[in-house]
Amino acid sequence: MLTNLFDGVAYGMLLFVLACGLSVTLGLMNFINLAHGAFAMAGGYVAAYCVNRLGAPFLAGLPLAFVASALTGVVLERTLYVHVYGKSHLDQVLFTIGLVFMSVAAVDFVQGSQQQFIALPAFLRSRFEVLGVSIGAYRLLIIGICGALALALQLALTRTRFGSRLRAAVDDPRVARGLGINVDAIFMVTFAVGSGLAGLGGALGAEILGLDPSFPLKFMVYFLIVVTVGGASSIIGPFLASILLGVADVAGKYYVPEAGAFVIYTVMIVVLLWRPQGLFAPRLAR
Amino acid sequence: MNAAHRASAAAALAAATRWRPAEFVFWAAAAASWFLLPDQYLLLNEVAIFGLFALSLDLALGYGGIVSLGHAAFFGFGAYLAGLLAKWGIGDPLLGLAAAGVASMLLGFATSFLVLRGSDLTRIMVTLSVSLVLFEVANRLTWLTGGADGLQGVVMAPILGRFEFDMFGRVGYAYSLSVLFVLFLIARRIMSSPFGLSVRAVKGNALRTAAIGIPVTGRLVAIYTLAAAYAGIAGALLAQSTQFVSLDVLAFHRSADVLLMLVIGGVGYLYGGIVGALLFKVMQDWLSGLTPQYWQFWIGLLLVLLVVVGRERIFGWPLALWRRVAGRRA
Amino acid sequence: MTRIRMVLAAMATLMLAGTAEAQQTVRIGLILPMTGPFQSTGRQIDAAVKLYMQQHGDSVAGQKIEVILRDDAGVADTTRRLAQELVVRDKVAVLAGFGLTPLAMATAPIATQAKVPMVVMAAATSSITQQSPFVVRTAQVVAQPAVAIADWALQNGVKRVVSLVSDYGPGYDVEKWFNDRFRQGGGEVLAALRVPLANPDFAPFLQRAADAKPDALFAFVPSGVGSILAKQFVERGLDKSGIRFIATGDVTDDDIVNAMGDVVLGMVTSGPYSAAHPSDTNKAFIQAFEKANNGMRPNFMAVFGYDGMHAIYAALEKTKGGIDGTALVEAMKGLSWESPRGPIMIDPQTRDVVHNLYIRKVEKVDGALYNVEFATFPMMKDPAKAAQP
Repeated sequence: MLTNLFDGVAYGMLLFVLACGLSVTLGLMNFINLAHGAFAMAGGYVAAYCVNRLGAPFLAGLPLAFVASALTGVVLERTLYVHVYGKSHLDQVLFTIGLVFMSVAAVDFVQGSQQQFIALPAFLRSRFEVLGVSIGAYRLLIIGICGALALALQLALTRTRFGSRLRAAVDDPRVARGLGINVDAIFMVTFAVGSGLAGLGGALGAEILGLDPSFPLKFMVYFLIVVTVGGASSIIGPFLASILLGVADVAGKYYVPEAGAFVIYTVMIVVLLWRPQGLFAPRLAR
Repeated sequence: MNAAHRASAAAALAAATRWRPAEFVFWAAAAASWFLLPDQYLLLNEVAIFGLFALSLDLALGYGGIVSLGHAAFFGFGAYLAGLLAKWGIGDPLLGLAAAGVASMLLGFATSFLVLRGSDLTRIMVTLSVSLVLFEVANRLTWLTGGADGLQGVVMAPILGRFEFDMFGRVGYAYSLSVLFVLFLIARRIMSSPFGLSVRAVKGNALRTAAIGIPVTGRLVAIYTLAAAYAGIAGALLAQSTQFVSLDVLAFHRSADVLLMLVIGGVGYLYGGIVGALLFKVMQDWLSGLTPQYWQFWIGLLLVLLVVVGRERIFGWPLALWRRVAGRRA
Repeated sequence: MTRIRMVLAAMATLMLAGTAEAQQTVRIGLILPMTGPFQSTGRQIDAAVKLYMQQHGDSVAGQKIEVILRDDAGVADTTRRLAQELVVRDKVAVLAGFGLTPLAMATAPIATQAKVPMVVMAAATSSITQQSPFVVRTAQVVAQPAVAIADWALQNGVKRVVSLVSDYGPGYDVEKWFNDRFRQGGGEVLAALRVPLANPDFAPFLQRAADAKPDALFAFVPSGVGSILAKQFVERGLDKSGIRFIATGDVTDDDIVNAMGDVVLGMVTSGPYSAAHPSDTNKAFIQAFEKANNGMRPNFMAVFGYDGMHAIYAALEKTKGGIDGTALVEAMKGLSWESPRGPIMIDPQTRDVVHNLYIRKVEKVDGALYNVEFATFPMMKDPAKAAQP
């Protein structure tokens, strides 16, 4: 029972790290970035390359994945995304889907189409019992990293100068500019952090979700679910939603496996009918 | 409001719905393709079917303002229904088409209440969920749908008892194109009627529309239901002309593809879906013939360029020409 | 936009005209999922077909062979349209490929109508060969590895199992064949679990299996995710709690088994082909394949494609270059040869594949992981058709 809860939380945390960048771009910058999964994939592949080919230790691969995805994010943001911020949502969908297609084919070209694995060190493959609950070291690592990140993000957004500037830039970019806030730079940094987090998630998740060129398409739906249920534009919302989804998914499959894939979709329809802005969104009309 | 005012308003509305020369050219070209391009029947048949599918999404999105990423739910529902009818011995294509249309319409009506509230994102996810749930249902009901192996034993009777579906897609394309044309005419008529105008008004500003006494909910339900019927008929066309139905009629990528097609062609003028389907399918076929492994890259690049460079600049030339031809009479 | 269409059509005709000039050409239409979730299947088969032609020349019985590769992205109506176009426009003599069951099912009527042989190189549902008298299969049938591993498990002290399959048609087939066979042999099936196809986390299913405390967990899931499942099985410590992991060969796919790492050492699977198959034919095949493909190791799909080409070449030899569909299928019936997987035959009655099923264990050979064969079920027919009167 508690093992299931633990597995669910770890899975949910993983979803959170993967999806929170999307919630930021969508909620704060009002930009539909369906290519978000491509950044996660990029991180995963970078980590796999560094660990398997270059022999870097796994724990060093994670920050590398973050940095690589964040840099890719910055470059793409500066060269391409800036031209699309002002376009309609439908154009944004077209543009980001185009990026997904390109990334899928490009990764396939460079790395081949087979499933990638990142070699884990032995201590992460171990398993131990705490008060009768069987716990996997790797999932514990996921919970640790993701929990810390969630906390750090929330603090950064609410307690730092950068956070308040970001919120100002989102609430009213024109006024923010007038106050001397460099809105473009803030958006760029935000975008980079979001992409970097996705990359980190991709590297962390390779062990559990798998990693192959179709990754961005396969998991797009899950990211969107987290963001919609959680409500965009905050950190807490998607965080709680991820955990809820993770636990519900794991528990649902354990106790009522017959229901299979229905659970998650049905839950979502019901939630969205009940709270169209998301389960944890503040009630405000935007 | 005086009589003169009213008359001029009526004249303006009539002018807006009058057939433009370019439209005649468009349909003449479509008809000509049947005579001139016998090698391309199969691809063109798919274009016609997806054109109709995208047209149906245009009704919901371009006119009703309802973003859907689960439109394949109706497409697939219609396809399975038409396929099953033919399997059970009711092989008349037109009958199957009508049945699929009506059934999808009912499904659309039933699910329309789910998409009335919420933001674009909420609607995207609700429609997506509906289609994924249907996908799972079809996957599970192997005794009925054949599950992942696909529905076998679909045998179509000749159309109107005379024209049999052939391997070259000759009859199939003529059939799909005719259905597309007829349904296009109906859609065009509906959208230029007072009802169509009121639907557009809802999209423009729901609050004000409600204030002038138009029932917003009713209009949205109606347009979504109509769109569902169209999608179901498109699905039925696919099932009938390929005489096979597989799970991927309900898959997520169908919904995504049709949205891409519509957005490529442009929303809200009925032709967008058809033009988009043509561009997308022909490009895809051409590129995947050239490089079966990496065509997605080039399609992706085209989409990116389309947005970054801008449709206006890419299509600027032909569009300006179109306007000149179209504008002369108006 | 009509102009674009016309230009494209003109270009297409030009391209066709260019190829048509080359004297007597036998065209083979190869339809594979080269993009999408099943692209690795397509890659392997395409590479094997190219290798076969490189090794055996591009002409048979005085006829030039030309392969036209098309991508269906794993979508059935596309497969069907491509098959029609290949038959009608390109006048192919043989259709080949077919990565998944529905893709083959959708195309079978075309083969019948056009009287064109259809060589199935991957799709594995039993009934495909019954859809058309022109279908010939060089792949495998899903029931074969299921039955083989069930028999082996019974012989090796496994009494109680939990079965875990993907929640779709082929999964149900395998579940039925494995569990029925296992029960008939006196075993007990504690639970039959089904995993949704789009399933990101196996944890709850593995936990259920662990709680049932079986002797073994039997798994059938598509190749890529199968490997994740196998890794998580070990990560959860199920192996240490005395549960064996047995599966069909997809899980320890040759293509990726080496990358999966030492955790999969000792896993037992059943399949018709292993890259470690100890024969000279196979060694030569592996060497040439890896050389031509930048070190990529061939998997069972590659061998299925390779053998499919062999069947086509051998049939053309027999017909002396004649491309009449009925004659080609007749020529393929009863063919038998030594393939990289071992001996193989096309059953003259069912046109389905007959081959050895091997029980293999993951071991380290020269520093790399391989599925090493240690038991053989010789020349197994499709159990499903054998069971029918």
